[in-house]
Amino acid sequence: MTAPDLECTHLTKRFGDTTAVQDVSFEVPPGSFFSILGPSGCGKTTIMRMIAGFLAPTSGDIRIKGRSVLDVAPNKRPVNMVFQHLALFPMMNIAENIGYGLRRKGLPKAEITRKVGEVLERIGLPDIGARKVDELSGGQKQRVAIARCMVLEPDVLLLDEPLGALDLKLREHMKIELKALQAAFDTTFVYITHDQSEALVMSDNIAVMNAGQFEQVGSARDLYYRPETAFVAGFVGDSNRWRGQVMGVSGDTLQLRSENGLELRGSCHGRRLARNDTAEIFVRPEAIRLGHSAQDVSHFDNRLSGEVTSLLFNGAASRILMRPESGGEEIEVTLPQSGEFAHLDRGAQVHIGWSSDQGSCFAAGTA
Amino acid sequence: MQAAHRLGFVLLLTPLVLWLALLIIIPHIDMFFVSLRERVGVGEYETSLANYRTFLEEPLYLMTFARTAVMSVLATALTLLIGFPVAYYIAKIARGRVRSALFLLCLVPFWVSELVRTFGWMILLRETGVFSSLLQWAGLAQGPVEMLYNDAAIMVGLVYTSMLFMVVPLVTTLDSLDDAVIEAGYDLGGSGPSILREIVIPHAMPGIVSGSIVVFMLSLGNYLTPIMLGGKDSLWFTELIYSQFIVRFNWELGAVFGFMLLILSSVIVWGTLRLTGQTLEKTMG
Repeated sequence: MTAPDLECTHLTKRFGDTTAVQDVSFEVPPGSFFSILGPSGCGKTTIMRMIAGFLAPTSGDIRIKGRSVLDVAPNKRPVNMVFQHLALFPMMNIAENIGYGLRRKGLPKAEITRKVGEVLERIGLPDIGARKVDELSGGQKQRVAIARCMVLEPDVLLLDEPLGALDLKLREHMKIELKALQAAFDTTFVYITHDQSEALVMSDNIAVMNAGQFEQVGSARDLYYRPETAFVAGFVGDSNRWRGQVMGVSGDTLQLRSENGLELRGSCHGRRLARNDTAEIFVRPEAIRLGHSAQDVSHFDNRLSGEVTSLLFNGAASRILMRPESGGEEIEVTLPQSGEFAHLDRGAQVHIGWSSDQGSCFAAGTA
Repeated sequence: MQAAHRLGFVLLLTPLVLWLALLIIIPHIDMFFVSLRERVGVGEYETSLANYRTFLEEPLYLMTFARTAVMSVLATALTLLIGFPVAYYIAKIARGRVRSALFLLCLVPFWVSELVRTFGWMILLRETGVFSSLLQWAGLAQGPVEMLYNDAAIMVGLVYTSMLFMVVPLVTTLDSLDDAVIEAGYDLGGSGPSILREIVIPHAMPGIVSGSIVVFMLSLGNYLTPIMLGGKDSLWFTELIYSQFIVRFNWELGAVFGFMLLILSSVIVWGTLRLTGQTLEKTMG
């Protein structure tokens, strides 16, 4: 059993009275891509700055390859960081930027030139060494920023929302490229972001963070299909959300009456909920089946009918909003792409249904 | 539309052109002709380089000229050495209200006229002044100590007078340096001095050069501070110009001195720009 590349135990950081990070523990196995996903202000940047060494934790320990780095200065840690705005040195050309860390290590000139050439080759930009930073495109800068760190062969590479400044198309492209670079360098990446699609696409493991604590750590699939807390269910992916009272429990299946009178069935996936508890239920728009007639959805244990109030056309991710006849808020339903509902209009009558298994229930008040 | 545009441009440009022509170009052309005039009799003049020869042949003039240049360069270097940490602290370390308060503190001395400010130094440094009395009271000196009327006193006065003009451009350029760039330097293994040398100073170079040019020109052309704080052994070149124009009424030689000073400052500024690889547009823009 090899030691994890990065291990944080009971990490806590307080600024005066506010606790930015509270008792966070996690470990990242070698060569994996770990993301910390959370809304802005949740403390993820604080964790990253503690790992990089720019902040000292109030309590807890950070170990890299099994060795505590708490009393190691940032310029001596085997960790490098790709900054949010990349922080390339504008006064140097690309080769000098990448060679900076090597020069500081005191390597001979010839070796620096060789290593810089190699890493430029690896990121697929072999001939840009003599160029200035502002002559590169956004994606090229991104790769140079990663190369500048990777040339030092760190044990862990930290990435602080590096895709935030890119436009959508480039961001989609860089997601795939980052994942490929991580595989090519075979280095542990710790990536922080508030963009769930970045985290879901690239990561082996994701920690969802809220208010200074980890809500859930797991694979993208776990977080999406089996959220463990209401916050995760609400934050990762889109959901229809109701709040109501538990009317009955049978095994894992719950019966719920929402505040605006809908009768719903959901699953508590092993969480403890009892009759008369207040609970929240989350149902993903794509888990809901759309039908023209009541027969189409008759095999589901949740069935509603109503009128289409809006069409939200967005290509493959198009949705409709429908208002149930039995009252309550509008429900978002993914429009199937089979063409069956291509001519659906506002005001049309539709029937929807989903199985209770797809409704995740949580005790209310946690988020 | 086009015509209105042009009219606006002309109107905006007029004050600048008037200012340049009336106050700088025409007087200088006139001074140039005056400097080439040699008085051969009462009210009789000839064109010659005799005045320039006088300047070059008189050691006092040449020595004072060189002394003024060297002292001004030294004052500029000292101002930079003191101003840089101050500017770095204001731009990068101080936050919020402390920052604006510190910036204001740099400005405060300029609410008082230069004469009064320089007189403040005289109160501190003279024989019966604050420092002298303190030294005697502490038993470190037996009698009154005279600290005025020497080169060190001039230097103190010049650095003090120039500080703001160094700090402002430095704060501006250091401000534009992203903190993350400095952090990236540390993250990649840089130490304090290496980051200063490879990242902070190269970034601040336009500010350093523009601040230095302004301070150098102000020191070179300063009249009040050297007169008040310097003694008979601490002549400043501007004093020579004053005495030629006003005391001796030798406008011809005064004009030569004025021109030599202009040439000196131009050569040194040009040399600094060449040496640091900066351009005037980059440092002043």
